[in-house]
Amino acid sequence: MDRSTIDLWVGVLVALGVAAFFALATKVGNLTASKLGETYTVTADFENIGGLKPRAPVKSAGVVVGRVDRIDFDTKQYEAVVSIKIDQRYAFPKDTFANIYTAGLLGEQYVGLEAGGDDELLKNGDKITQTQDAVVLEKMISQFLYNKASESNSDNKPTELKPEAPAAKSTELGDVPF
Amino acid sequence: MANILSQIIRGLRKVGHRVGDQIWRLGAGARLFFLTLTYSTECFRRPRLIVREMYFTGVMSLIIILVSAFFVGMVLALQGYNTLQKYGSSESIGVLVALALVRELGPVITALLFAGRAGTAMTAEIGLMKATEQLSAMEMMAVNPISRVIAPRFWAGVLSMPLLACLFSMVGVLGGHLVAVAQIGVDVGAFWSQMQANVEFVDVTNMLIKSLVFGVACTMIALFEGYDAPPTAEGVSHATTRTVVISALSVLGLDFILTSFMMV
Repeated sequence: MDRSTIDLWVGVLVALGVAAFFALATKVGNLTASKLGETYTVTADFENIGGLKPRAPVKSAGVVVGRVDRIDFDTKQYEAVVSIKIDQRYAFPKDTFANIYTAGLLGEQYVGLEAGGDDELLKNGDKITQTQDAVVLEKMISQFLYNKASESNSDNKPTELKPEAPAAKSTELGDVPF
Repeated sequence: MANILSQIIRGLRKVGHRVGDQIWRLGAGARLFFLTLTYSTECFRRPRLIVREMYFTGVMSLIIILVSAFFVGMVLALQGYNTLQKYGSSESIGVLVALALVRELGPVITALLFAGRAGTAMTAEIGLMKATEQLSAMEMMAVNPISRVIAPRFWAGVLSMPLLACLFSMVGVLGGHLVAVAQIGVDVGAFWSQMQANVEFVDVTNMLIKSLVFGVACTMIALFEGYDAPPTAEGVSHATTRTVVISALSVLGLDFILTSFMMV
């Protein structure tokens, strides 16, 4: 094997490898998508963040406008403090509403921003005051069960009172016309 | 009674001898590793030495790695589709294929194939060089065999492995794309966009770190086994077998350690 041919083949290997790396970084990974330009940071307090994690997307109208930077715990109010980095290109009014949503049935959680109508805009270091917590499945189920229980209680009472009910009704009906 | 006792003692002595032998080999391997690092200045001054070895380790392993990557990607897509369609999320097939390849299968299978294809060749070559006293002849000519023979092969292996792992992952994803999109009929846009949404750039850099570590481990094991082989036909054949066994075990063990660090 001639030396120059060896060099050629090694060059081919290196070129292919580097090309594959860049393809992995840009096509498979989200190097370009995850890059935010200049950002500003706002915080939001939540009573319960569910499964929200740092680097989770922040979306408004379904468009990714930022990322969750860090999540801290406030020991004075016992609330989660979520720091959000929003791309400088997107300005939001001061009374923007921050929710924690779940993507799909079992998907990852993200922060959803719903713009309000205030003229003043959110600045770096501001706090979003209107927030809605993550939906915790166990809470929802227990609430549902509680509602069912109270419903069946109120169902039971009329059946006990049933003998009296027609009488009351007839007096009501009887009273009004005459 | 005394007979049984002496038999037990003989057994224990055998175990102790083997353990001591392995520890001696570990130390000798570490010594060779540091010697290689100290004597590698010469092969950096003559990069042609490394290029030549990269041809034999990297380029020659290219075909086996690309073909197996293609098949691994296709199998992943088929298997993933089988399960994912039960949950109505067959679009996530791209995520499954890409994450499995980038995080684990890319670096690990590349290292295993590399140990089988290039590592054995290195061990046999150096073992035979030793058996035919070529290494001693070099020393006679005041040429350091570590800087002339071992170091270029080491750096060639270390440089080739990340390149091969990148190629493996990329070709695997393309193989998965072929099965998922052309054969099964998953939407092309969903395939790529879901993949991009879930594969982080960190995963790609972690893959590079893993394959670099595997490259150092596999190449060093192959070189040491060759350098340490008894200069007989039997010794070289045993050394070649040990290269594959030890490389495979250490790649899988290192993979666990590296992954547990990366998942923190």
